[in-house]
Amino acid sequence: MTLEFEQLDRNLVVKLKGELDHHSAEIVREKIDRSIDRGGIKNLIFDCSKMDFMDSSGLGVMMGRFKKLKSMGGQVVISGINPNIDRVFKLSGIYKIISKYENLEKAIEKLGEGK
Amino acid sequence: MITNKMRLEIDAKSENESFARTVVAAFVARLDPTLEELNDVKTAVSEAVTNAIIHGYNEMKGTVYISCLIDKNTVLIQIEDHGIGIEDIGKAMEPLYTSKPDLERSGMGFTVMEAFMDSINVTSNIGKGTLITMKKTFDSIHNRVD
Repeated sequence: MTLEFEQLDRNLVVKLKGELDHHSAEIVREKIDRSIDRGGIKNLIFDCSKMDFMDSSGLGVMMGRFKKLKSMGGQVVISGINPNIDRVFKLSGIYKIISKYENLEKAIEKLGEGK
Repeated sequence: MITNKMRLEIDAKSENESFARTVVAAFVARLDPTLEELNDVKTAVSEAVTNAIIHGYNEMKGTVYISCLIDKNTVLIQIEDHGIGIEDIGKAMEPLYTSKPDLERSGMGFTVMEAFMDSINVTSNIGKGTLITMKKTFDSIHNRVD
């Protein structure tokens, strides 16, 4: 799994590429938290359009970041989910707390400048 | 080819999770499943192997045993560890339950296995290990028009 970060105002975009499982989850969590802890970030967008595989370990990563940002007054959204990964998300009920958008542009539009 | 089987032994290391699910998917691919069915198998195997590594062996040394048996258009997958075992299987299988909340586990592993496979059976003995048996029949073969 490779990660690409982009900060747009106070929104942090994390582009996930490859496979998110227990093995990759640890490094993904670590890298994202390091970016958040640097400050200036309110919301997090997981762009999953290049993610080929995810199991429940990925859910744990996203729920964890949701808790972290919620406590700081921000939110987490996801975009570009493929149907297979969507089924894992749906099973978990995660959409009750994390909104999904068709693509990154729509997610950014919705979150505005993160102020 | 009516039946076909394979067996795989891997060290209980997280880097082997993707290897394990890819091998099983490659073995099952000869049944000509749809991409969705293949992904179901990959995800279920990933969950079971991850459980063996994190819970069975507590992320310490161990071996995970994976076997697959294809019988016509059905695959039987067994994933076994010789780790600590599960005390309360019913509880472990509850959605969102995790015995390791500190590790940010979602508690959805068994729920995913149940949803993505046709059947799942879990047997476990404390101090001896856990055996997960999952089955899936691929309809795609029958629905296909040659």
